[in-house]
Amino acid sequence: MSRVPFTPEQYGELVSKLTPPSRMLRGYWRAFWVGGLICAFGQALTLWAERLNLGEITAPMFTTSVLVFLGTTLTGLGVYDVIGKYAGAGSAIPVTGFANSMAAPAIEFQREGAIMGVGARLFTLAGPVLAYGIASSVAVGIVYWLIRGWVL
Amino acid sequence: MSRAGSQTFLYDRPPLVAAHASVAGPKEGKGPLSAWFDELLADDLLGQKSWELAEMEMVRRCVQAALNGARMTDEEAQAMLGGDLNNQIIASSFAARSLGVPFIGLYGACSTFVQALVIGAALISGGYLENAVCTASSHYCTAERQFRFPLELGTQRPPQASWTATACGCALLKASPERGLKVTAGTVGRIIDLNISDANHMGAAMAPAVFDCLSAHLSDTGRKADDYDLIATGDLGWIGRDLLLELASAAGLELPPEKLIDCGASLFYQEQDAHAGGSGCGCVASVACGWLMKRLEAGDLKRLLLVGSGAMFSPTSSQQAQSVPGIAYAAAIERED
Repeated sequence: MSRVPFTPEQYGELVSKLTPPSRMLRGYWRAFWVGGLICAFGQALTLWAERLNLGEITAPMFTTSVLVFLGTTLTGLGVYDVIGKYAGAGSAIPVTGFANSMAAPAIEFQREGAIMGVGARLFTLAGPVLAYGIASSVAVGIVYWLIRGWVL
Repeated sequence: MSRAGSQTFLYDRPPLVAAHASVAGPKEGKGPLSAWFDELLADDLLGQKSWELAEMEMVRRCVQAALNGARMTDEEAQAMLGGDLNNQIIASSFAARSLGVPFIGLYGACSTFVQALVIGAALISGGYLENAVCTASSHYCTAERQFRFPLELGTQRPPQASWTATACGCALLKASPERGLKVTAGTVGRIIDLNISDANHMGAAMAPAVFDCLSAHLSDTGRKADDYDLIATGDLGWIGRDLLLELASAAGLELPPEKLIDCGASLFYQEQDAHAGGSGCGCVASVACGWLMKRLEAGDLKRLLLVGSGAMFSPTSSQQAQSVPGIAYAAAIERED
């Protein structure tokens, strides 16, 4: 029937052999230094905010707001995708990456209108992060509530 | 004799390629083939409001250029066969709306242009049409938002990913006794699926379909790869081309590497960061209508076998963890002196 001289398994092996691997070590290094730089910058912001007497609760919120603002602005300027291509997870995992994942669809789908475009698509990438982030924090909260008598 | 073997049409009255036109985007214009395209776009939005309208305008311009090349009006064109990668092939149908030419919409993913050639030539050879506009297009920005991610999202692509070309090609076929480029045979491929589930790795998903279609074409026509001056596939990319050579050698099919080029692997320099090479319906269409047909006309090549290949997946099938089936069509284009 098929003229192809390989079974899917044999072909799969051939494909893996001929496909160049991603350069993992280079990727780790780039993710490390860019991600580290973003986090160090965030920490510096927090320390600065604490010196301004913003308080233990307000200072991290101030840092998050500034980083989200920067991530969104850099996305709008067309810079964040360039950083993301270089750094991968290094720029995707910090909160600036979260801002990027919301600003990018907002820009992309504005042509479909404010409701079904931006409104409906804004969370296409951030949605899973929010859904599972909130779900796992609820689970952690329940565990904490159950064992708090022993730990504290 | 108008049919050979199990899958091949031998055209009794081989249609003439009366004119051809190609349009390519800014990144493609910096590639090795830039000098061969008829129009290079400076701006990939073409002054339109959306990427989809830009792609439509690109198709309209390309078809118009082919009609002008054959000194034909929109009214004289009897059919436009074409497609693109957008949902419901809107770039082609919207272009056909503005041209007013009877429209046959096709979808064969990246193989659409060759699919159009095979069907258009059959309709002309069979006497149902006197001429047919065969076209296909793709646009990087419409394909990205539909198949992958928003443009501004900071992501990395794997080495096997291809780059959707912003390009369009159009060939105007005509029933004519004149000498010139003739479409002499067409082979309709089968869907072949070797269980590649990485939708980024289209070259791997399509190489077996190209191999199957190429073997069918050669065995149906009794020809050898050596009977062609060039076999051009589109778009397997660099990795897919290697896989095709491996498949041919394992099956004992003689396929000299120097006779095999791939349109996707030819469109960009490797330094242009296109990873595995160009892809998209517009890639094989523009490379065939630009570079390859001009080389045939120049006498540099005499017999060309154009094998278009398509990865027949959708974002839905990928998300549902289905493998990527491949398809291929082959068209023999020969220079008649």
